[in-house]
Amino acid sequence: MIEVRNLTKKYGDKLAVNNISFKVEKGEILGFLGPNGAGKSTTMNMLTGYISSTSGQVLIDDVDILEEPKKAKANIGYLPEIPPLYVDMTVDGYLNFMYDLKKCKLPRKSHLTDVCNLCKIGDVRHRLIKNLSKGYRQRVGLAMALINNPPVLILDEPTVGLDPNQIIEIRTLIKKLGKRHTVILSSHILPEIQAVCDRIIIINKGQVAADGTADEIAKNITNEHKMTLRIEGPTHTAEDKRVIAEAIRKLKGVKYVRADMEREKGIYDYDVETDGKTDIRRDLNKLCNEKGWNILMLQLSDLTLEDIFLKITMGDGVTVTSSSDAPKLDVSVKDGQLIASEREEAKPEDTAPEEDAADDGDNDGGEE
Amino acid sequence: MGAIYRREMGAFFTSGVAYVFLVVFYFVSGIFFYNYVLTAGVADVSPVFQSMFLVVMFLIPILTMKLLSEEKKNRTDQGLLTAPVGLWEIVLGKYFAALTLFIIAESIVFVYAIILSTLGNVVWQTLFGNYFAMLFLGAAFIAVGLFISSLTENQITAAIVSMVLLFVIYLSEMLVSNFENGNVLQRFLHKVITTIAFYSKYNEFTNGVFSLPSIVFFISVAFLFNFFTVRVLEKRRWS
Repeated sequence: MIEVRNLTKKYGDKLAVNNISFKVEKGEILGFLGPNGAGKSTTMNMLTGYISSTSGQVLIDDVDILEEPKKAKANIGYLPEIPPLYVDMTVDGYLNFMYDLKKCKLPRKSHLTDVCNLCKIGDVRHRLIKNLSKGYRQRVGLAMALINNPPVLILDEPTVGLDPNQIIEIRTLIKKLGKRHTVILSSHILPEIQAVCDRIIIINKGQVAADGTADEIAKNITNEHKMTLRIEGPTHTAEDKRVIAEAIRKLKGVKYVRADMEREKGIYDYDVETDGKTDIRRDLNKLCNEKGWNILMLQLSDLTLEDIFLKITMGDGVTVTSSSDAPKLDVSVKDGQLIASEREEAKPEDTAPEEDAADDGDNDGGEE
Repeated sequence: MGAIYRREMGAFFTSGVAYVFLVVFYFVSGIFFYNYVLTAGVADVSPVFQSMFLVVMFLIPILTMKLLSEEKKNRTDQGLLTAPVGLWEIVLGKYFAALTLFIIAESIVFVYAIILSTLGNVVWQTLFGNYFAMLFLGAAFIAVGLFISSLTENQITAAIVSMVLLFVIYLSEMLVSNFENGNVLQRFLHKVITTIAFYSKYNEFTNGVFSLPSIVFFISVAFLFNFFTVRVLEKRRWS
């Protein structure tokens, strides 16, 4: 549906977007993630034909946005970072204007009512846009993007300025829209991306630093593989702890085992690190079966999106393109480690989320 | 184009620009009509048109100042430029909206003509000649104003620069008027400035001559500056 080939944008000497390529399939919800100034909005502006690229190509439904702009733009609904609202118009007047501007052929009254209902702005339709709150303005902008039912929706930080309830509403709406539309959504709010998107592209310094589902990215970015286990031994004493840790340590592919605190009475948690290549879960099950232990909990403590984000964006990713043949993810990991070893302050940030993950484990345990 | 045209027409009236423009235009032209025609006891409206040149020159920038500058400032141009419309449609939609308002203002002369017809015979040929001259003059001025508006984000800057530009062209014509028989350089300057001058071309009509070359000149200026405006919008995407 959307294809981006080697997209580059230079402002004078400054490289805002550097050789970005990706594809978005029909019905996919793609999340654009990146720190401020990473080139998210510039990329989106190029995708929608607002600005041109220095080099590279954008195809919307196989139509080049620069060669046949009208045809390509007809397939896009775009909500820019600042909704392009004429504040001296009423919501209704504005939506009617956009309806005409987009040369929409759908029945006017029912289509606009649908769009307003979808964005929950039915009650402000006769008010002037300048008197609306930020949240309402944002939703009017979204309604504008939805006019004419474009197959592609490009939303630049759609939940900025909304209250938590509205954020959830918008997320649900985007998910719903994702069934019929192809959606690209940018944000620097990680949980939002994680909650809504099928696929994530992390942009840093104008380059694609990672591309895939949250799980895929996490898997690629870490060469270690961590999990937390809670195993019940036969005796419910500290002796169990030693025996079990020892047994797990002997499993193939296990690099490191550490018995953690006593979480339930006489039952301990174990932090296990594998080499990342072997999946030890089946062997582990077998082991426990043989010994008569019970696995009460098994939690893969992979990196959260937040860890990934920090790892990639803290790692500067400068050398990503210099070795373009190598898989990008591995390279940026190497960078991350390199930078982390150079910069001491980078380390606590890297480790902090793991503690969070352990806390999560706690809560789960409590519920059990 | 229709959508943009209708929106701009609406915006002229909601923002009040249209009322200011029409009131000033009607008031000033009314005074001229009363002084030069009614009290002077002539049936020719040409003096009104002649005097209105300066008024139009200062009023039109007010009409055009925010057409594009405001879009850029409020980032509403993002909505226009990512919609399936061409740059020409955007520019011409705005251009014709301003031109329509100008025609509404200018058409007050027909009211004056009716008043005049109750008192004596109206010279309709000169009236129509002047009417079209002013229409095409306005068409050229609006294109210039729209172009200046596309260059800035500040509507006041756009208005002042447009006024100054039009005024300088007007003044330069007076300044070089005795260069006609001077040296080579002076003659060259005179030639250049009279070629681009609006006032003398417009004045031919108020003197009772229907000058087709002048009409062609005004239309050419209008087209050229609209073309420049499109280029400015185009260039902004590429910079």
